[in-house]
Amino acid sequence: MPITKDEVRHVAALARLQLDEAAVERMTGQLGIILEHIARMNRLATEDVEHTSHTLPAMGNVVREDVVHRGLDRDSALANAPAREGPFFKVPKVIEDQEA
Amino acid sequence: MSDFETVIGVEVHVELNTRTKIFCQCPTTFGAEPNTQVCPICLGMPGTLPVLNEAALEAAVKAALALNCRVAEKTKFDRKNYFYPDLPKGYQISQFDEPLAADGWLEFDVDGQARRVRIRRVHLEEDAGKSLHGAADEATLVDFNRTGVPLIEVVSEPDLRSPEEARAYLTKLKTVIEYTGVSDVKMEEGSLRCDANVSVHRAGSDFGTPVELKNLNSFRAIKLALDYEVERQTKLVEGGGAVARETRLWDEKAGQTRPMRSKELSHDYRYFPEPDLVPFHIDPAWVAEVRGSLPELPDAKRDRFMAEYGLPAYDAGVITGSPSLAAYFERAAAAAKDPKKVANWVLGELLAYLNAHELGFDRIPVSPENLAALISLIDRGLISGTIAKSVFPEVCATNRDPEAIVKEKGLMVINDEGAIVEAVDRAIADNPNVVADIRNGKERAMGFLVGQVMKATKGRANPETVNRLVRERLGRT
Amino acid sequence: MTEAITAHELRDRVKRGDISAEEATRAALDRIEAVDGRLRAFLTVTPEAALDQARAVDAARRRGDRLGPLAGVPVAVKDNFCTEGVRTTCGSRILENFVPPYSGTAVRRLAEAGAVIIGKTNMDEFAMGSSNENSGFYPARNPWDLDRVPGGSSGGSAAAVAAGEAVVAFGSDTGGSVRQPASFCGVVGLKPTYGLVSRFGLVAFASSLDQIGPLTLDVTDSALALQAVAGHDPLDSTSARYDPPDYLAAIEGDVKGLRIGIPREYFGEGTEPAVEAAVRKAIEVLVGLGAKAEECSLPHTDHALSAYYIIAPAECSANLARYDGVRYGLRAAGAEDLADMYAKTRAQGFGAEVQRRIMLGTYALSSGYYDAYYLKAQKVRTLVRQDFERAFAKYDVLVAPTSPTVAFKLGERAENPLAMYLADVCTIPVNLAGLPGLSIPCGDDGGLPIGLQLIGRALDEATLLRTAHAYERAVGFTPRLAPADPAAGKGGRA
Repeated sequence: MPITKDEVRHVAALARLQLDEAAVERMTGQLGIILEHIARMNRLATEDVEHTSHTLPAMGNVVREDVVHRGLDRDSALANAPAREGPFFKVPKVIEDQEA
Repeated sequence: MSDFETVIGVEVHVELNTRTKIFCQCPTTFGAEPNTQVCPICLGMPGTLPVLNEAALEAAVKAALALNCRVAEKTKFDRKNYFYPDLPKGYQISQFDEPLAADGWLEFDVDGQARRVRIRRVHLEEDAGKSLHGAADEATLVDFNRTGVPLIEVVSEPDLRSPEEARAYLTKLKTVIEYTGVSDVKMEEGSLRCDANVSVHRAGSDFGTPVELKNLNSFRAIKLALDYEVERQTKLVEGGGAVARETRLWDEKAGQTRPMRSKELSHDYRYFPEPDLVPFHIDPAWVAEVRGSLPELPDAKRDRFMAEYGLPAYDAGVITGSPSLAAYFERAAAAAKDPKKVANWVLGELLAYLNAHELGFDRIPVSPENLAALISLIDRGLISGTIAKSVFPEVCATNRDPEAIVKEKGLMVINDEGAIVEAVDRAIADNPNVVADIRNGKERAMGFLVGQVMKATKGRANPETVNRLVRERLGRT
Repeated sequence: MTEAITAHELRDRVKRGDISAEEATRAALDRIEAVDGRLRAFLTVTPEAALDQARAVDAARRRGDRLGPLAGVPVAVKDNFCTEGVRTTCGSRILENFVPPYSGTAVRRLAEAGAVIIGKTNMDEFAMGSSNENSGFYPARNPWDLDRVPGGSSGGSAAAVAAGEAVVAFGSDTGGSVRQPASFCGVVGLKPTYGLVSRFGLVAFASSLDQIGPLTLDVTDSALALQAVAGHDPLDSTSARYDPPDYLAAIEGDVKGLRIGIPREYFGEGTEPAVEAAVRKAIEVLVGLGAKAEECSLPHTDHALSAYYIIAPAECSANLARYDGVRYGLRAAGAEDLADMYAKTRAQGFGAEVQRRIMLGTYALSSGYYDAYYLKAQKVRTLVRQDFERAFAKYDVLVAPTSPTVAFKLGERAENPLAMYLADVCTIPVNLAGLPGLSIPCGDDGGLPIGLQLIGRALDEATLLRTAHAYERAVGFTPRLAPADPAAGKGGRA
């Protein structure tokens, strides 16, 4: 399954990475080679195989109590912010509409 | 337009009122100063990890059970990937293919008809922060206090057939959740939020293309947006057009829906299992325990109110529409002799007072005992109904013993016949013409004299006594 | 440090008062001063804070307080460990100025153990790489030959310990990132069982694979260092509910009757003859000590690489979504709007390898490809795990090379990402299965260290450490510092 330049552009948009044409070209080539190698696993029959997303032994539910623990004061929260305005983090204008 | 049918499905997000956020220990207090209820975890700082709040899990199970869902024995969280400034990690921890609960239903009335809507699933997830658009230099400002507040998403099947039904469904859903006590369900504070999928089709043909509606921030908005959208789609199809599968926003000011500007791409959420959380196994015995802890739910309570207090279905329905109001009624009914009279007062004077003062059922100013005491004053013949109504605002405003208020104001019924006789005699003396009329057979003029006496006693005289005495004094018995 | 000293030795001397923690710390700082201009093992050195911590240890000793197991030991941590008040870059320009407001669990436990944290080590950006050449700042060098790579991604940690800039260092291992640089730099590197060491405060690369581990001069130090950080942490939902044994006690004892499996797939065609020879010789040493060894097979090894290069990028594509220029880190200048700011910031802030992996992972998760790539990879992961389960029904330890090659020259593989990936073939399956793996020096090829890898059952670090310790004693190992000298590279290693 080689990847096309259009797919690379689409994926870059999903991943919010600005790629110029040269980068798209380079990325398409590199990902193609890697994906071709990866595709070798498709030779394995896996219909009846469970998937693994965790290797941990079963250990019961991991939860915590509903007890308040004070976090950061506002200045610490904002200390690393590239831009702030008063008590808020500030970002450039949003053209897309609210997602969720 | 009459041969068109509407299909609506609704997704509701409910904020759970746990003390702390779902994956960190920050408080969840509404309305705190911006960015003061945050920590490295909910700010999505590098290296931080989520740990599930057990209270959020329990609250979600409670809600799911109240919505007649089957709680899964195994459930897991997934990452829903999208970029937005108020989503700190660039993904929302949500649930995709193994939701906490599924296959529920909710019953409600529309125009006196019972309707049942299936609930597809209830899942647990984290809330995002708040973006304030259009600040100075068009920038967006972000407050992360809300980030990580636990949410449940309740997804209905597309079983609703009109905007009116959708509204009734939501009203009932809100009531049921409110009964469970797991949320404040305040739309105006965003603790209850709603999206809808709506399509239209000609009767007898397949369902139309659903359009997703967002930004429905009030019950009013839901109804208006759905009405608008049904009409828009119907016109489109009637004119030979096709409805586009898209997400549209309700624009409250313009009174219309408009398509979202973001691209298709934002819908590729690339869900995958959240590696930072291990799957959860829900013990059926624990679920049974949670079920046992559920309070009496609205339908059961309505039926009981009808049976136990003899209330008509409508009255029982309105009173049990809010757990606070229902509890209030029960306390008042326990303190009073006649529950029906209590119901009349609650549905009449009390609701009117709350409406006029914009008070919620959780903020009823007069205690149920004082309401019962007021009704008891009437029953004991100590005041008239009219007097009771006239002092009710003050009883509410002060929540003092109604008897004390009535006494202070000198509004107690005058049962001292001597005093009433005096007033009757004065009325007879002052109105010789009326007396003449009565003596000439104009019986109806008697009412005028009674009115004069009531006026003179500021309504405190027992009207029956006045009637009897007027007749006696005029020798008309 | 100009002479090799182990942590257990140094700690004992500090406890006896033969040397103060401050002196030990100054010695490490002096060594950094002397060689790091060439070695570039550190991204940040914190002399003041380190000396403060050292003086606190000395004061505690004078008061007669009980000293921790790492009292006065200069420790370096990889720059993906969050350290409160100390810049944590992850080797990335996108976090160049990020100062965490909190410290991770491992760092806190190290401080409680009396360790003196002297700085943050160089690494491949976001731990993605096997050579350290992907550092967003400058590549660290191999202290045995400065023209060669120290391995990656914890190359700075391995180089720092090998060269005596730190007595103990910590790294993280997602697909071999502790073991492979340990192998390249001639130190002991341990990747514990997934879940044994808390990940809280470790900047995530691939959450289901990442694990913190120590790099040390000898096996005793490895046990000591592991003990300091291992154990359940309520802040990490994937932390094992497990009481770690006394690892220092566990390393004693022999290997008589130990059943060793030698997975033939780990000696593939790219294996350098010197590496294979050294590993086979080491196995003979263990057999000489009474262990029984035979060849075995882990048939899905080749496919493990494919699964890894889907799962790790997929998780990283989500883990790295938070670097968006909103709350911390780089924000590109001159963006027209939010979308533009995101795309520019991430393109400028992430290096080529990180972008490649984000692209790969995003693609594998995207609509239409999820089943073919991500789901398939998760199933292959199961097969890889089952390979190990079957092997561990017969064997106590699996023994193999850590890396098919010795350290290569800078730039040698930079143009071929796939070749770089394929070199991780011996370490990646261990992460996919969540098992512990340990790399111990077992010889050299013209002065370039070779690593022997021991793979154990889940949570059986004790057996790995005991086996490695038996080997160490049998070959009469004494730690020796790498020269980190431009003239080095020709001389042999004992």
